[in-house]
Amino acid sequence: MSHRETITVTVQRGSAATGQHMQEFQVPAYESQTVLDVVSWIQQNTDPTLTYRFACRVGMCGSCAMMVNGVPRWTCRTHVKKVLKDQRIDIAPLRNLPVLKDLAVDMDPFFDKWVAAEGRHHPSIGRDAPIPAINPEAAARQVASAGIECINCSICYAACDTVANDPDYLGPAALQRAWTVYNDAKDADRGAILDAVSGKGGCHSCHSMGSCTAYCPNGLDPLSAIAGLKRATTRRFFGGGA
Amino acid sequence: MSRVARAHPLWLAYILHRLSGLLLALFLPFHFLVLSLALHNAARLDAFLTLAEIPVIKLSETALVFLLAVHMFGGLRLMALEWLPWSGAQKTWAASAAAGAVFLSFLFLMRAI
Repeated sequence: MSHRETITVTVQRGSAATGQHMQEFQVPAYESQTVLDVVSWIQQNTDPTLTYRFACRVGMCGSCAMMVNGVPRWTCRTHVKKVLKDQRIDIAPLRNLPVLKDLAVDMDPFFDKWVAAEGRHHPSIGRDAPIPAINPEAAARQVASAGIECINCSICYAACDTVANDPDYLGPAALQRAWTVYNDAKDADRGAILDAVSGKGGCHSCHSMGSCTAYCPNGLDPLSAIAGLKRATTRRFFGGGA
Repeated sequence: MSRVARAHPLWLAYILHRLSGLLLALFLPFHFLVLSLALHNAARLDAFLTLAEIPVIKLSETALVFLLAVHMFGGLRLMALEWLPWSGAQKTWAASAAAGAVFLSFLFLMRAI
């Protein structure tokens, strides 16, 4: 690909309040170029009013996720070559979240649901007590470890049709976090987690479509985490304990 | 505004399960209506059953067997996914459910014609 070649990039502009429209840009093509590079090029060279969000550019911070050709992706680690169709790319803000402006969405509902799912540490000992040893090979620890690399990018949340259709649904990321904490040997209130995820909008709202697992950029598996919560809440319902 | 891409195997399995369930639910009242003929009007039932020899009806019945089979296998897959320890081969199970349904409905069609 030489510098003279260009890519036609369609970007969704505006917000729900101001009205939204698609705007087309011509962006020079480079040999090695990410979707975030393309968005940055537009903002730096064509339209400085283009609003988007990014920070680390290496797939750690989880802030640059957008819809690319209708698929939620981390744009800093999505190569243009991987998504280019007929020299075109379609970029839009993440689905299922309110659009602030252009490609930046309001992440508050996503993080509010993390809190609502009770995916926080419930201490079992005080800060002055000696740190107990955790066996990394223990079965529960392996299950907990499977979900800890979540970067809160909200790609699973944007991919999920249940989130789209049910405003109360906690979503894959929050439920996976709850399942991770539930399997942590150091957590002292597993009952509180099951309370939080078994109500309306909890794990039983999941229809097992698997879009969360299919699109997670870190290769995590919220689908199986939610299935784990379904089993745990059901076991408790039939008297099996938390 | 943009179209959302969803066509990954488990989403297709999900939508196939939903649509087959919906179509089967729509078929059920008709099914019960025909069954009730056996109790109330045997002559009409026999007359109706001769329709089953028409090729297009046979094809429709094959489609019905496919819907039943794919809904049953899809349901078994979902129950295994949600209630058994995680297996990790969901795409294979989803494909097997569809393949099993195709096999059964094809078997039905071969016996019917």
